[in-house]
Amino acid sequence: METDYIAISYGQLALAALLIVVNVGLSAVLRLGLGQSLLIAALRMVVQLLLIGFVLEWLFTQDNALIILAIALVMTAIAGVSAVNRTQRRFAGIYWHSLLSVLAASALVTGFAMVGIIRVQPWYDPQYLIPMLGMVLGNTLNGISLGLDRFMEGLTTQRDQVETLLALGATRWEAAHPQVRNAIRVGMIPTINSMMVMGLVSLPGMMTGQILAGANPIDAVRYQIVIIFMIAAGAALGIFGVVLLAYRRLLSPDHQLRLDYLEKAQ
Amino acid sequence: MEPNQPLLAVENLSRQLSERWLWHGVSFELTAGNCVGLVAPSGTGKTLLMRNLALLDPIQQGEVRFEGKTPSEWGLPTYRSQVMIVPQRAIALDGTVQDNLTQVFDLDIYRQRRFDPTILQTWLQKLGRSPDFLNLQGARLSGGEAQIMALLRALQLSPRVLLLDEPTASLDAATTAQVESLLRDWLQYPGRACLLTSHDIEQIRRVTDRQLNLGEFV
Repeated sequence: METDYIAISYGQLALAALLIVVNVGLSAVLRLGLGQSLLIAALRMVVQLLLIGFVLEWLFTQDNALIILAIALVMTAIAGVSAVNRTQRRFAGIYWHSLLSVLAASALVTGFAMVGIIRVQPWYDPQYLIPMLGMVLGNTLNGISLGLDRFMEGLTTQRDQVETLLALGATRWEAAHPQVRNAIRVGMIPTINSMMVMGLVSLPGMMTGQILAGANPIDAVRYQIVIIFMIAAGAALGIFGVVLLAYRRLLSPDHQLRLDYLEKAQ
Repeated sequence: MEPNQPLLAVENLSRQLSERWLWHGVSFELTAGNCVGLVAPSGTGKTLLMRNLALLDPIQQGEVRFEGKTPSEWGLPTYRSQVMIVPQRAIALDGTVQDNLTQVFDLDIYRQRRFDPTILQTWLQKLGRSPDFLNLQGARLSGGEAQIMALLRALQLSPRVLLLDEPTASLDAATTAQVESLLRDWLQYPGRACLLTSHDIEQIRRVTDRQLNLGEFV
């Protein structure tokens, strides 16, 4: 592959690391106590990215669909688990709910993009599949975290309202749908916000990357539009799925609010 | 309905809180026209029994039947529209008192029914409230006002069995007497019964015709 961008050497990476050292110095001078976590975070970022660079380099030479799908599945599973890890409350089965929602949403959206929109040949070409899946997963994960957390929090704080409605003869859906609606709305806020100001406030990372790598800006923009639609659809599907699954768990078929299933995360 | 069939039949109802039986083997019947007082020292779980009868908590052991059928056979929304709990801590939904009273008719179970302003004016008068009471914001009601709102919200839905948990706990003596009189009127209508808890033993004597001591089922 011909490259028309400047490759970055390890020496240049070290130069970039100086930028973080400035931050650490500031933290020390102002006694912000951020130095240690900044260093750890920076170190983790560097190690994780360098490792993933090697993995991707190896992966892009593979043409076995099973290996690529296995990697995609591992990524999906990590996203599903991480989404739950950031919620404040848990219930039995919450990890399965999250995994199932992330898997269904990302498979549907990424699959449609690979086969239907970009029409990659073969459809599992890792150079397209892995980065696009990664972007969909990252955003679906955030949406699921926010939506799930808000749903459980909403049911807990609005317990009296929900039970008052149930006691008056409401079905579980009538009693809880304001909480369902609110959770989905909150989960979608980051996605909708970022679409609103995209290009005005933020230049999206993927597009910037493609442009740096020498792609025609118009092409890069088109890719960006496709990926944003994928992200929005993936997040919406994932949040919708996970909130509905949680609703079915926390509001029993006997139209009872089962907050006793919830426990605080450790 | 067969003659003399109880409205509400409770058999062997038991409730456990982490290994300990709160109450065990509670059995009683409510027949039409009955008003039964539920008495027990505080902390024995009167409120939990009320919640159990409304099936807001799952039944751990025993059975509840309304007119011979279990709540699941009725379908829970139908059952709760017939056997209605009015909790001690009254909760206002969004909006004014009027909104609270009218918006319950949006629930699927009441889609055939309409809000009746006339009967409400009558009740408000009996409770010594001006019609302006309807325009108060639900969230700003005092504890007593909220209790009145919640009682009216339940009464207007004409349930057959009322489960009243400390219905006058936050009311002054005069309003308490008015609420008691309204309940007596309400019970005159055929086919109705109520179960009532109160910390005021005099009120239990005034309003109910029989007592059920939960302390016996510990």
